[in-house]
Amino acid sequence: MSFASILAQLLNGLAGASSLFMVAAGLSLIFGVTRVVNFAHGSLYMLGLYVAYSTVEFLGRTPLGFWGAIVVATIVIGALGALIEIAILRRIYRAPELFQLLATFAVVLVIKDVALAIWGAEELVGPRAPGLSRTVEIMGRRVPQYDLALIVIAPLLLLGLWLALTRTRWGALVRAATQDREMVGALGVDERKLFTGVFFVGAALAGLGGALQLPREPANLGLDLAVIADAFVVTVVGGLGSIPGAFIAAILIGVVKAFCIALGTQSVLGLEISFSKLTLVVEFLVMAIVLVVRPYGLLGRPPAQQRAVGEITTLPNMPDWRRWLPFVALLALIPFAAPDDRYLLVLLTDIAILSLFAVSLHVLMGPSGMVSFGHAAYFGVAAYAAAILMRKVQLPMEVAVAVAPFVAGAVALVYGWFCVRLSGVYLAMLTLAFAQITWSVIFQWDSLTGGSNGLTGVWPPAWLADKRVYFWLTLVLCALGIGLLWRMLFSPFGYALRAGRDSPLRAEAIGIDVRRLQWFAFALAGAFAGLGGALFAFSKGSISPELASIAQSTDALVMVLLGGVETITGPIAGAAIFTWLKDELARRTEYWRSVFGLVILALVLLFPQGVVGGLAMLWRRVRPAS
Amino acid sequence: MLKRRQVVVAATALAAVSGGRAPFAQQGPIRIGELNSYKNFPAFLEPYKKGWELAVEEFNKAGGALGRPIEIVSRDDGGTPADAVRVAEELLSRERVAFLVGTFPSNVGLAVSDFAKQRKTLFIAAEPLSDKIVWDQGHRYTYRLRASTYMQTAMLIPDAVKLKKKRWAIVFPNYEYGQSATAAFKKLLKAQQADVEFVTEQATPLGRIEAGAVAQAIADAKPDAIFSSLFGPDLAKFVREGNSRELFKGREVFNLLAGEPEYLDPLKEETPKGWYVTGYPWNEIKTPSHQKFLDAYQAKFKDYPRLGSVVGYATIQSTVAAIRKAGSLDQEKLVDAMSGLTHDTPFGSITYRAIDNQSTMGAYVGQIDVKDGKGVMVNWRYVDGKDALPPDDEVRKMRPAN
Amino acid sequence: MSAPVLEVAGLAKAFGGVRAVDDVSFTVVAGELLAMIGPNGAGKSTCFNMLNGQLSADAGAVRLLGRDVLGMKPRAIWRLGVGRTFQITATFTSMTVRENVQMALLSHRHGLGSLLSRASARHRNEADALLGRVGMREQGDRVCGVLAYGDLKRVELAVALANDPKLLLMDEPTAGMAPKERIELMALAASLAREREVAVLFTEHDMDVVFAHADRIIVLDRGRLIAQGEPAAVRADPQVQAVYLGSGAMFGHEVPA
Repeated sequence: MSFASILAQLLNGLAGASSLFMVAAGLSLIFGVTRVVNFAHGSLYMLGLYVAYSTVEFLGRTPLGFWGAIVVATIVIGALGALIEIAILRRIYRAPELFQLLATFAVVLVIKDVALAIWGAEELVGPRAPGLSRTVEIMGRRVPQYDLALIVIAPLLLLGLWLALTRTRWGALVRAATQDREMVGALGVDERKLFTGVFFVGAALAGLGGALQLPREPANLGLDLAVIADAFVVTVVGGLGSIPGAFIAAILIGVVKAFCIALGTQSVLGLEISFSKLTLVVEFLVMAIVLVVRPYGLLGRPPAQQRAVGEITTLPNMPDWRRWLPFVALLALIPFAAPDDRYLLVLLTDIAILSLFAVSLHVLMGPSGMVSFGHAAYFGVAAYAAAILMRKVQLPMEVAVAVAPFVAGAVALVYGWFCVRLSGVYLAMLTLAFAQITWSVIFQWDSLTGGSNGLTGVWPPAWLADKRVYFWLTLVLCALGIGLLWRMLFSPFGYALRAGRDSPLRAEAIGIDVRRLQWFAFALAGAFAGLGGALFAFSKGSISPELASIAQSTDALVMVLLGGVETITGPIAGAAIFTWLKDELARRTEYWRSVFGLVILALVLLFPQGVVGGLAMLWRRVRPAS
Repeated sequence: MLKRRQVVVAATALAAVSGGRAPFAQQGPIRIGELNSYKNFPAFLEPYKKGWELAVEEFNKAGGALGRPIEIVSRDDGGTPADAVRVAEELLSRERVAFLVGTFPSNVGLAVSDFAKQRKTLFIAAEPLSDKIVWDQGHRYTYRLRASTYMQTAMLIPDAVKLKKKRWAIVFPNYEYGQSATAAFKKLLKAQQADVEFVTEQATPLGRIEAGAVAQAIADAKPDAIFSSLFGPDLAKFVREGNSRELFKGREVFNLLAGEPEYLDPLKEETPKGWYVTGYPWNEIKTPSHQKFLDAYQAKFKDYPRLGSVVGYATIQSTVAAIRKAGSLDQEKLVDAMSGLTHDTPFGSITYRAIDNQSTMGAYVGQIDVKDGKGVMVNWRYVDGKDALPPDDEVRKMRPAN
Repeated sequence: MSAPVLEVAGLAKAFGGVRAVDDVSFTVVAGELLAMIGPNGAGKSTCFNMLNGQLSADAGAVRLLGRDVLGMKPRAIWRLGVGRTFQITATFTSMTVRENVQMALLSHRHGLGSLLSRASARHRNEADALLGRVGMREQGDRVCGVLAYGDLKRVELAVALANDPKLLLMDEPTAGMAPKERIELMALAASLAREREVAVLFTEHDMDVVFAHADRIIVLDRGRLIAQGEPAAVRADPQVQAVYLGSGAMFGHEVPA
């Protein structure tokens, strides 16, 4: 590579980093102050771009029209963010940690459908920036003027934010809240106003980031999810709550991407390496490396103990298997009650498997205090392991299903070793990074995994071909798996995990090696997720990389939160409600995604402790009266 | 807002019945299961849906098949193989549809195809382009309507060979479609032009292309020509950055699918002139079959058709033709009827080849240009699918013997 | 006098040039209550955290029953027989009082690897006995998260005794409690220590508590040990008086007999 092309690619990377920085800064600000993991941040970015497009079409393609549109989009999206805070999130701040993520997940679904209804399905290519539509020649390379403008705008914005945060009273409050949320209340500040304000600013930054992409990126419905992952990565790599950190991280990732593209395919030690293909996952590789080396990101600081004093999260009593056995037996009888309804069996099989998947995640999230954003990795790895063992190694399906969980467990053991060294959102993001790396390996390894197409012909042997028999097998194995996991939660091992979550200080002081237990729990949860994955593969007959995707991980997260993270049976209820509802709505309505989102929102507002948590609370309230 | 597709279609059928001619026997309609990733690929699939709605309406007015109206039971397949297989099961066992049609992404198409094989049920894959559907993973029960990745790539080869360009750069979305297109292009071009050199290959993540850096990297490789299989937002981004950086100046560019209205129209005045593409010049095709389709479509929807509309329309034509030929809804008879089935489509007559279950539906090949601030296809010609397929013995080798 | 349970020699720790603990040496013997006092910022907590392994030391030695424990992790030091209570109580808030003690017992008996037995059924009687000793037996089924602060301190004491410690480290054991409770808790700790022959090292702000129960006192100021000895001698030490002058903490009120 010549110096000129290195310089040109550096500029590309910097220009690409500009919008990413704005989105990530907004996300970081919101998380820092409110502790809300705003899943809808990418949607706000997308809307920013759409709104800017419509506004410029309305105002005309003049400099005034263009920059006016950017301002309008920024303000509109800021207001929308404030509205989301006031209408939804404000009502659920008291809910368990991460519960707000569920609400923002629902918002994503709604916004996507609304955007489809308003702007249609085709992508909308915006105008070039008037006055900045040409290129500048730098060392023989043509660099768009607008790219240069973006490279200037980002540091200016950083400066502005930095001044606002360090020189104003509002900024002081934001910083105080980021460091210690309790303190703000003690300072006698109206927390509500502060939170709404932060949401306005954070959302406006997302909107601005989107709007500024108008000349570079067509407005389209895929932007929300494409951006949110990158924004999370940048935020975490930079260090949560650190705006300069986000700036450095955005540049780091933008530049690394540009250079991967510039390198193309290179021969390293006789090995052909396609750096271009690496762009699929390079941001997650960067994040994994940064987090392993710096557990709180580049400029982040260890957070103050986040579990608020006086917050009680007890575990209900251990479920009695004698009470659950009749229920499982009843389920097993369904094939006799509806002998012709194969579909019902397929749906129930799905629910059983996803219940096990969700329960295995819950073991990590609830009692162990480790949130995983990448639990699908183990589900997917096991599904592939089972399929490959049967199709390529020619092992019997029964053996493949038995071995696959161990493969998943082994992978979890490796990933877990790194993850348990972190905590909170950092830990969650490292699990996500590993999951994405896993996904990309599956996605790229054509000869073994079938690449993006996946593998077909993963059918069970003759004795299981009958859907009823397969359902029974699944039901028994999943019930057993769930039973074992529950039993484990109430064993000394499970208690020790909870001990580590409740008070790491005390746990250490009574001789508990919290990290080692967490590591083991991580592998165990991975293995049980793997059992689900293996059963899933054979129930569908085909598998694809989606099984290890962010979407699959998010589904599990949503199931656990929906059911209630502080309950035992919540994940099962969550899995059932989620699967059944999605299926039912997708069948009945065209705009099923937004209806699905609205139903989740309603459940979130009705049951801030999750559905099972909420019902249990109602029951407790009613019972003494009777 | 909560539109029930089923109800709408049934109502259409009912309206046709009460329209006076009452052509149907007192049996219920023939139910066909249709599944597609409507929410994931709306740009293509909304017009697709209009296409099949139009066809269903027309056929039912004309008496349906076997004396019964056609009813489409349509579902969103969620865009993932796992969901799609569940939806397919629902269509078969709960909705009791006669057989399955549809799907868009390759992995979903392959999964549903495998499911159809397992259930010994006819599946007409309408859109997925993967070559594997009829070749590597082909089987008796799955037929595919659209020209595959290989076919569309092959259609561009003659023009590419003619230009005698030596240094080629390739850019493709990094998943099966882009990978197959690249592999096919390299193989076919190399076969006809031994001195060709591929100077860079850019694999971009679907929907997340870093267009500026990619354009720059390609320019740095100093190619004479570029082969791209980008589409949608990735294509639009690449075109804009390439235009800005004068990447396309003095270079020939070939881009699969870029002439399809779904992907061409959003480019508007940005449309790069002179690119060789496959596509669908809807307003210039004057054949009677197409004219009839065009008039009916515009009358019904007050909108022009996209390629998806043609695919949706032709899918139903295949469906009805198969039922009529089979004279029954028996799976084996239907599958046998599909083999070698010939019928008319807006693109002219097509045949489902007995050798590999691939239809001979072709595509329009030409160049693109800007007219009145809009992208259009020029110098186009229709390439029949049968002329873009490999020799029979090669096909036999690829297709498993079952 | 028996061999010391804890021997600290030349312990030192600096934070960015500030000598938080500077050449501190002392010993504690079995059954003895040693109070560590000093004004805020004297280095008491730093010293404490080095003793149980939470902080590394720059120099010096810490010997437990003759064994060098400096640089060991807190959990390893605990296994050698060191119980600890914290200035701000640290209990497992989602568990019951009894379960908190059971956890310590389970850990002591290496029983945490069990995946299938029921934790709440293990060592139940023993836990109840310990709770009975600190007067918390009746509250065994209550969740720690809802307990009053004073009760939590008692639970911590029971937890700290679960591994039959040779040494008990109590950091501000009575902080945040009402005066009457303080005396009661300290009296309890003192009687337990004597009955079980446990060496106790505690820090304390409340001089009433210190002079009522400490067998000996060591005084830290700006990281240095400025005095040690019997309570009466320490009280009479002019250097100690100088340090405490102005704060009034030591002589503000009469010491009860």
